Amino acid sequence: MMAATRRRPLPVSIARRAILIAVLGYLILPMVAMLEFSTRGARGTRNLDAWVAIGSDPNLIDAIVTSLEIAALTVVGMLLLLVPTMTWTLLRVPRMRRVVEFLCLLPLAIPAIVLVVGIAPMYRFLNTFLGGSALTLAFVNVILVLPFAYRAIDGGLRSIDVPTLADAGRSLGAGWLRVMGEVIVPNIRGGILSAAVLAVALVLGEYTIASLLNFDTLQVVIALLGKRNAYVSVAVSLAALIFAFLLVLAIAYLAPGGRSRAPQVEEE
Amino acid sequence: MSDLTAPLPAVEPEAGAATSGAGPRRPSRLRTYAALAPFFLYVGAFLMLPTLIVIVGSLQDASGVPTVENLRVAFTEQRFVDAFMRSIWLSLVTALAGAIIGGLLAWAVATGNPDGALRRLVVAASGVLAQFGGVMLAFAFLATFGANGIATIFVEETLGLDVFDRGNWLYGLTGLAVVYTYFQIPLMLIVFLPALDGLRREWWEASASLGGSSWAFWRNVGGPILAPAFLGALLLLFTNAFSAYATAAALVSQGAPIITLQIRAALTSEVILGQANVGKAMAVGMIVIISITMVMYALIQRRASRWIR
Repeated sequence: MMAATRRRPLPVSIARRAILIAVLGYLILPMVAMLEFSTRGARGTRNLDAWVAIGSDPNLIDAIVTSLEIAALTVVGMLLLLVPTMTWTLLRVPRMRRVVEFLCLLPLAIPAIVLVVGIAPMYRFLNTFLGGSALTLAFVNVILVLPFAYRAIDGGLRSIDVPTLADAGRSLGAGWLRVMGEVIVPNIRGGILSAAVLAVALVLGEYTIASLLNFDTLQVVIALLGKRNAYVSVAVSLAALIFAFLLVLAIAYLAPGGRSRAPQVEEE
Repeated sequence: MSDLTAPLPAVEPEAGAATSGAGPRRPSRLRTYAALAPFFLYVGAFLMLPTLIVIVGSLQDASGVPTVENLRVAFTEQRFVDAFMRSIWLSLVTALAGAIIGGLLAWAVATGNPDGALRRLVVAASGVLAQFGGVMLAFAFLATFGANGIATIFVEETLGLDVFDRGNWLYGLTGLAVVYTYFQIPLMLIVFLPALDGLRREWWEASASLGGSSWAFWRNVGGPILAPAFLGALLLLFTNAFSAYATAAALVSQGAPIITLQIRAALTSEVILGQANVGKAMAVGMIVIISITMVMYALIQRRASRWIR
């Protein structure tokens, strides 16, 4: 850390506060505006009608349930795909580590809008088998969460000595499945939890692919609702942002190593 | 579609090459690599295959005959060229603004307590605003600067000024620039904070003990060390704005000023005869531009990692 808190010269201290107040103020302003906007009543009064309406809109409730189901499937799929693969590369095929990492980070370079162009024909095909359920979005959402999940799980694996733990388990007679389930997974649960939380936040916020494949997920319904009742859609938006914030904040406190476990797009 | 599964077998030769010459251990080696098959199959099916469909489709007409017509249309027809240029301009401007404002915020946060509540709150909030905002940010700005937004009403009714034009600017390119900058600031914070953390106090003390002023430190030590990280962050912000779709889609309902909205138009509207795959050609254009940015990023990152661990 650059300057110790106690020894900071006065002009620096003033500049620091001014920046914090101005920039954080600007970032918070739209959130305050959403709260103000969504609690407006007739002639300058305040009420919670828009917030109450969230619970009585069947389309919205359906969409929230659908999005949560997709999120759950995405988390399960992502963990089943990543945890064994990453552990295995670490133990047995270290030369494939870079390849796996590259593929996991690749979705950062292929935007969702590009992915949906190529995946739309595939979904037309898939829908004939799977009946066009919105839950099939989990397939592509697993891809979208790969970069975030990879980093979180990689952080967990780096914080323990996987080969030694695996050898210990194997020498005591455990098979690979047992080593995975009873040794590795419990030891990286912090990383797994972070990955899961980030995946949930990302799925709940996903709009591009769901809307262009015509599935009614939370974001799609919020966007449609905005044309009919702006007050309710602003209320749901704020609620969803707060929910995502609490999820991410929870990782910051729960994950091993505390800080810098927040979502990072940055390389290395 | 079966001819598009090409990237999958590509994994096999590599696995085969690694096992060749291993002699008696060959079967177990094969099994070792086979454990990675589900991952490669999945990524092949849901990431590589769609990308390949985009690239191959951009080189075919509606009936699958090879052609460069889509690419020609996408990169010469005025409305598409304009959309590309506007997207690039929008991404450049918002990346610069976001990098400067977000960089200052990152400095202010980095000089505080590393385990303090302020830092945790700001980092968590930044993660949400930068990466999960999308449609919700469009509504946040409608509630702030829209016709009935809190800022519009305050400025017009309380201050009596007509600067916000009843919120109409919000639905155009200016509005996109403002909203994009809004989510670039928190992304910059997340990306740049680790670089600032990497600046070591000993360097500051070394500079000070040699009689260096604060300015001398930033000019000769801090600045040069952070420059690659700053440039790298700038490129990431550019890519972020260039790929952004959700916020723009929710905000702009008429016309398609930027490239991601042109792709939406190509996907959802009735396509002009003979232009069925122009959307794919535009997607290829996006991949090319982002790839260039990513290569530059990788080159800069190699330099940046020299000092920052």
